[in-house]
Amino acid sequence: MSERGLTCHEVIDILTEYFEDALPAEERRRVEEHLAGCDGCTAYLETMRETVRVTGMLTEEQIPVEQKEQLLEAFRDWTRPETSP
Amino acid sequence: MMLVEQHQAAMLRIARMYVSSYAVAEEVVQEAWLGVVKGVDRFEGRSSLRTWMYRIVANKAKTKGAAERRSLPFSSLAGEDEPNPGVDAAWFQDADDQAPGAWRTLPWDWTGVPEDRLLGTETLRQVGRAIETLPPMQAQVIRLRDVLGWSSEEVCNALDLSETNQRVLLHRARTSVRRELDDYLRAGSEDR
Repeated sequence: MSERGLTCHEVIDILTEYFEDALPAEERRRVEEHLAGCDGCTAYLETMRETVRVTGMLTEEQIPVEQKEQLLEAFRDWTRPETSP
Repeated sequence: MMLVEQHQAAMLRIARMYVSSYAVAEEVVQEAWLGVVKGVDRFEGRSSLRTWMYRIVANKAKTKGAAERRSLPFSSLAGEDEPNPGVDAAWFQDADDQAPGAWRTLPWDWTGVPEDRLLGTETLRQVGRAIETLPPMQAQVIRLRDVLGWSSEEVCNALDLSETNQRVLLHRARTSVRRELDDYLRAGSEDR
């Protein structure tokens, strides 16, 4: 009994499910079978991995100064009534 | 104020997903901080402090967003209305071609890109810019997952998303960022 293999387009569309280990075992096997024989999809998969790695090198931007001041102001406003007995 | 500095940017982004403007998001985050300070005694440690705080922000922002009678549906925040812009159907052969769904031309291979270029400041800036232009929910999910390194479970909890929705948003976000990165790296290698 033979089943149709996944096409490249189909594999590319479920790569994140593959990375996240969210595919049923049978589907995962079909992806792996496809990748084993497809240079294009293997190259694409590597670029996706690299994308995740590069994105992981970004750092959260610093909080802008004026927002920080507004926030401190809000804290001061809030604590004032609490401190008076 | 370490706690504030650490979480302010992420909280603003969460709030921004539900309300109409950055200014309103700032209001929501201020309120949320007050909620955090007032409620911290009731925090029972069943989730991480961060998850708990971000839920407060999300809840306050949702209420605010509803009050604003915002007309933007989830689908537009998530970018569900458009086809995935990161994958171009033209890359693949059509139904009447020899091998439907197979690559027309193989994707460009990044293995020749030097490490210092791949992780260089300018490349990172491009990635940051690519994330900025994503639909808000996609941007939020990729930041939390891939920049801050949260687990999918934490993201689902904080943003009140199903596993499937979270994955779809992440997939679209990563695919778009990959596309931008590919264009950028390719242009750079042609210059050489």
